Amino acid sequence: MASETPVVASPAAASPRRRPRRVGERLSPRRYAATAVATFVVLIAVWWAATAFGLVDPLFLPGPDAVVAKLIAQAQNGQLWSDIAVSVYRIFVGFLLATVMALPLGVLMGANAHAEAALEPLIDFVRYMPVVAFVPLTILWVGTDDAQKFLIIWIGTFFQQVLLIADAVRQVPVSFVQLGETLGMGRAGILMRIVFPSALPRIWDAMRICLGWAWTWLVVAELVAATSGMGYRIMTAQRFFATDTIIGYVLVLGLLGLVFDQVMRAAGRRMFRHQRAAS
Amino acid sequence: MTDSIDRSAAPAGAAPASGGAVSAGTPKIAIDDVTRRFGEVTALQQVNLSVAENEFVSLVGTSGCGKSTLLSIIAGLDAPDEGTVTVSGRGVTEPGRDRGVVFQRATLLPWLTAQGNVEFALRGERLSQAERRDAAREVLAQVGLEGFEGAYPSELSGGMQQRVALARSLSYRPDILLMDEPFGALDALTRADMQRLLIDVWERHRITVVFVTHDIEEAVLISDRVVVMSPRPGRIRAEVPIALDRPRGEHSREAPEFRAHAHDILAMIHERAAQ
Ligand SMILES: Nc1ncnc2c1ncn2[C@@H]1O[C@H](COP(=O)(O)OP(=O)(O)O)[C@@H](O)[C@H]1O
Ligand SMILES: [Mg+2]
Repeated sequence: MASETPVVASPAAASPRRRPRRVGERLSPRRYAATAVATFVVLIAVWWAATAFGLVDPLFLPGPDAVVAKLIAQAQNGQLWSDIAVSVYRIFVGFLLATVMALPLGVLMGANAHAEAALEPLIDFVRYMPVVAFVPLTILWVGTDDAQKFLIIWIGTFFQQVLLIADAVRQVPVSFVQLGETLGMGRAGILMRIVFPSALPRIWDAMRICLGWAWTWLVVAELVAATSGMGYRIMTAQRFFATDTIIGYVLVLGLLGLVFDQVMRAAGRRMFRHQRAAS
Repeated sequence: MTDSIDRSAAPAGAAPASGGAVSAGTPKIAIDDVTRRFGEVTALQQVNLSVAENEFVSLVGTSGCGKSTLLSIIAGLDAPDEGTVTVSGRGVTEPGRDRGVVFQRATLLPWLTAQGNVEFALRGERLSQAERRDAAREVLAQVGLEGFEGAYPSELSGGMQQRVALARSLSYRPDILLMDEPFGALDALTRADMQRLLIDVWERHRITVVFVTHDIEEAVLISDRVVVMSPRPGRIRAEVPIALDRPRGEHSREAPEFRAHAHDILAMIHERAAQ
């Protein structure tokens, strides 16, 4: 009877051969996170080693320990928080102004061929004018207080947002508009109840991307002429060779941008979960 | 060109538009000498067709022969370059709630539930919120979607999405239902289900339907009359009244007339144009 047992599978079949990763194949979330963290760890380790072993002058590149210590000190005396608060306030006002104005114009341009022809080439042209070059002009126009920061952020994000929002509206399937027509809805109803909600996930993405840029324009404006804010602190730190402050603030700026982006991403995923799953 | 030349390829079973199951009186839909061009392409050339009240007419033909264009023109979503379309005695100039449209891909609004999508169509009616809710529930139940009212389109299969789309179109009781390959994207089993459902719904509601399909058996199974179109330029080659008893169902496929009709229509589609 024992001799009748079926042949045992070959040893090769017992241990599954690992298939090579296909082009474009994704990692599991855990592996992804581990790999991403490893990159940061390696980078910080190299930075730390370069400074700890005296390979670079700490005056130009202080070690990560020194940068963190400086940031902690500034957090404790409140300077870091007040600088962040001022900059975030400017971002919010400038960006909100740009968004509130870009929304109706972008929707109009996306939905109406005449508006598109009248405005798109113009806005496309303006958007390629370097924002930085407007800094001196805006100072002459409105001075160096908050209004000038709002204006720079507005110039840097309004035109981009209009174009992105118009594009989001144009992506709405024609069949959705036809559905509205067959239901006897008027143009305004179709625009408000079908086109706009349908374009909203993409509009949200456009806002998220532009918010990221807003940080760049703000810091540019604050570097040139300001008496407060993250950019101003970096500028004064340069005068005192406080490279630890400069690097610390640059890192915080990066972190703030990342946090805002992630918050908006998460909010978008929540708000538009059914829409995203459908497309 | 006259009708008789246009339809020279039709076999003995074919009849002019006003014959067959069509009752006398003014037609519900009258298409007169409609021509539609897209640049070089003549999508429709002098098309004449009339559809009686409560008749179920299918348009069949190879891809690109102008079926969708003709349906869009009846819906008022597109306009002919020449000729006229009359619905219920009035010239068609724009879309309206007297004509419901079911598109090939269920155009459900993804941010609304099944219930929300049907209620969306009922916004144009003078109904209280509660009435609207009940009406939507009822029509969803009619298409077999009881218990799925709260589901979002992304959570529904293709067949269920088409059921919602059908429910949405039925909800506000249009006189005419225009359907453009509504089951074209579904698998064979789901399609058979949907055909049964449509037969059932139509035999209960009795509304005028123009149904575009490239599935000949589907057309024969459901329709009172099948209109065969030919491409380049798009025109009507023949009209075939379907002599199958109602109520129809799977058993109708067994009838000898079913095979004969399907065979004839296939032959007409494949025949090369006479001229
Ligand atoms: N909007 C359009 N622009 C240009 N050509 C079109 C348009 N709509 C349809 N056509 C052309 O008209 C012909 C008929 O198209 P259609 O009505 O969609 O055919 P069917 O639905 O029978 O497949 C095709 O040759 C198609 O390419
Ligand atoms: Mg078509």
